[in-house]
Amino acid sequence: MTVADDVSTGRAAAKPLDVPAVFKECGLTALVVFGLAVGMVAFRTRDVPGGLEIATRFGSVAAVTVIAFFGRLAVVLLREGRPLPVLATVLPFAVVMLVALLAAQFFEPGTAAAVGAYLPFGDVVVNWIITIVAFGFAGQAAWALRHTGASKKSIKDRERAMDEFAARFQRTARLIGPVLLAVAIVFPLLAFAPETPFLPKVDRRTLDIAILVATYIMLGWGLNIVVGLAGLLDLGYVAFYAVGAYSYALLATHYDLSFWICLPFAGMMAASAGIILGFPVLRLRGDYLAIVTLGFGEMIRVILLNWYSFTNGPDGISGIPRPSFFGLDFVRNAPEGVETFHSFFGLSYSPIDRIIFLYYVILVLALLTNLFTLRIRKLPVGRAWEALREDEIACRSLGINPRNTKLTAFSIGAMFAGFAGSFFATRQGFISPESFTFIESAVILAIVVLGGFGSQIGVVLAAIILIGLPEFFRDLQQYRMLAFGAAMVLIMIWRPAGLLAHREPTIRLPEKPKGESRSGSSAAGAAP
Amino acid sequence: MNAARRPATDNAPLLNVEHLTMRFGGLVAIDDVSFEAADKQITAIIGPNGAGKTTLFNCLTGFYKPSVGRLALNHPTAGKFLLERMEGYRIPWRAGVARTFQNIRLFGAMSVLENLIVAQHNKLMGASAFTFAGLIGLPRYRNAEAEAVELARYWLDLVGLTDRADWDAANLPYGDQRRLEIARAMCTKPVLLCLDEPAAGLNPRESDGLNKLLTYIRDKHGIGLLLIEHDMNVVMEISDHIIVLDYGRKISDGSPEQVRNDPAVIRAYLGEEEDEDLPPEVAADLAAGTDQGGR
Repeated sequence: MTVADDVSTGRAAAKPLDVPAVFKECGLTALVVFGLAVGMVAFRTRDVPGGLEIATRFGSVAAVTVIAFFGRLAVVLLREGRPLPVLATVLPFAVVMLVALLAAQFFEPGTAAAVGAYLPFGDVVVNWIITIVAFGFAGQAAWALRHTGASKKSIKDRERAMDEFAARFQRTARLIGPVLLAVAIVFPLLAFAPETPFLPKVDRRTLDIAILVATYIMLGWGLNIVVGLAGLLDLGYVAFYAVGAYSYALLATHYDLSFWICLPFAGMMAASAGIILGFPVLRLRGDYLAIVTLGFGEMIRVILLNWYSFTNGPDGISGIPRPSFFGLDFVRNAPEGVETFHSFFGLSYSPIDRIIFLYYVILVLALLTNLFTLRIRKLPVGRAWEALREDEIACRSLGINPRNTKLTAFSIGAMFAGFAGSFFATRQGFISPESFTFIESAVILAIVVLGGFGSQIGVVLAAIILIGLPEFFRDLQQYRMLAFGAAMVLIMIWRPAGLLAHREPTIRLPEKPKGESRSGSSAAGAAP
Repeated sequence: MNAARRPATDNAPLLNVEHLTMRFGGLVAIDDVSFEAADKQITAIIGPNGAGKTTLFNCLTGFYKPSVGRLALNHPTAGKFLLERMEGYRIPWRAGVARTFQNIRLFGAMSVLENLIVAQHNKLMGASAFTFAGLIGLPRYRNAEAEAVELARYWLDLVGLTDRADWDAANLPYGDQRRLEIARAMCTKPVLLCLDEPAAGLNPRESDGLNKLLTYIRDKHGIGLLLIEHDMNVVMEISDHIIVLDYGRKISDGSPEQVRNDPAVIRAYLGEEEDEDLPPEVAADLAAGTDQGGR
């Protein structure tokens, strides 16, 4: 492939274009896309009275194929250092698409339908994606036009630049952190604020989403201990979440214990589960460890599903008591002898009080996880975890007990999942094994990977992106997983270590105390 | 305390290896090797590739359990340890045997200083009362950490890495990584330091610096060094005692002078004259074969 050779030698710009080769490449791409589209796009079954009917979408197939051909052409031209034709064609296309889309959106139905008929695809979202990609191409072409002659950055340079960016971001994060924290503390109180145009409206739905995001942030921080610090890839983290949730639910419903008493128990149960998982997998690493933890997660779920007499099986456990505020319940009418939150403080009853209280509970739990992680990173255990991630054999040669180190990582990570689980149970009031499927583990792991292994603020960002945004945009539900996958692929290409994977040392060499200031002299080893 | 620990005997060598044999299935990697290594001495173990030198180190530092043999270490203060009975990670911790690796094994994503602090894990673990005291920030842990940093600084000064203490270990140049690994091993305060090809890949100036560092460690810290090395300049210049292995067997043992003139060693390194062993017709065929091969 001459084209590929040119790229690898990096002398692409000056060379004349090998037209047949380019057309061959574009044609091949179009052919592959055509083949895929015929299978996946061309036919669909439609429900009609009296059975199913096959609907054809050959127009879309044609559009896909043409777009693939020209898209590939644009890629090739950009690669060959000819951005001008790309810009000249793609930009008008993108602009026309945008105008048409906006027109279809805002004009009266009649006009909209007329305009919509000219758009390449029947689905608005697909059209939007095409438009955005086209703008992306145009932007890239414009960039290449402005920076002609500038050599392309190598992957290593880009890695370094990204790492510097992450480092700068984390340095500012020290300032952003408290601000975010203040926002997190203050914002639920806006629910009580009078309605003004200046303040965002905080209603029950917003608070519910915030609680959900905070739960995932906590889970992400907990899993970060296992995956980010200790480097043990755990695909069954949701199992500990389930253990925590069921511990609280069973203790509370059978023995009538309060949330605050059950919370440590739930943590301990989950930590024990972590140790039980940890023992058999001590010798495993990487892929093998991932497989076993995946199996463990499923085992817990299947046990919960089938041990009917204990866990109530697929019916789940309902009527889980809500947490109380130091013994004050959040109910409108308390039974005899029990004081309620609103009557104690002399307020009128409002159902949102409980939601705000729950929000603060999970906020405190999550911050606890964060503080613990930040602290333990600077302690011998935390450093041993990180050393274990880097090189287990070297750890053994320094007298670190790999077994205990791994088990502490598993159990402490599991403990926080247990806390989060019991919070989940008390918030929902009902749990069943369905809440603890593999996809939950995958999402939590995705938060950690996306945020950057070991990065605390990265987890927050990733949780907001992966959990918060899809909740706000529920209407686009069916594209959620598509965007999820695309984001993952892009990050794996551009930043395999995660968005904000920059590691600050846990300790720096302090300035030498006064006195002898003999600097460690050069390579010779300074041995006199 | 445990079975592996006995009271020390006076005048016993630091390390006493007796009849060490290591088999992997049918392969005998080390075959009945016995030797002694003294403290305040550099004992070099040399031999051609595949002679079993690294296997010997792996037995000593608990990565392999020897098939047969006794590895007795006389710790100057803590008593006598039988290394073959100890769990791997306890050997560096309790018996004070530290090692470096042929292919450098640093904690790449951690800083240089952190590498040296991790090496003092067990001491700090005790000071942090298994994390609980450390978590609430008791002064006892803070003092222990400051001490650990000072020890790290001593070794950083010695290997000339003070200016790069906050670098990621993986970003150091090769020679610095080698020296950092030695410093890291020394931070465990060992009585026996096992170095697996420390001069591999160093330029002459660096390997000269390494010689100085190793003799400094021997003379000032009074510990025993066990050294696997291919670079004969290093070996002959700094070793006090040389052991030669070939195909898992010990073929020579003595001072550098003795070993240098030992015919068995010369045979192992340079090979024997083979022509005289071949029957004449085979030799003729071989000669013809090379002619044909040349076409």
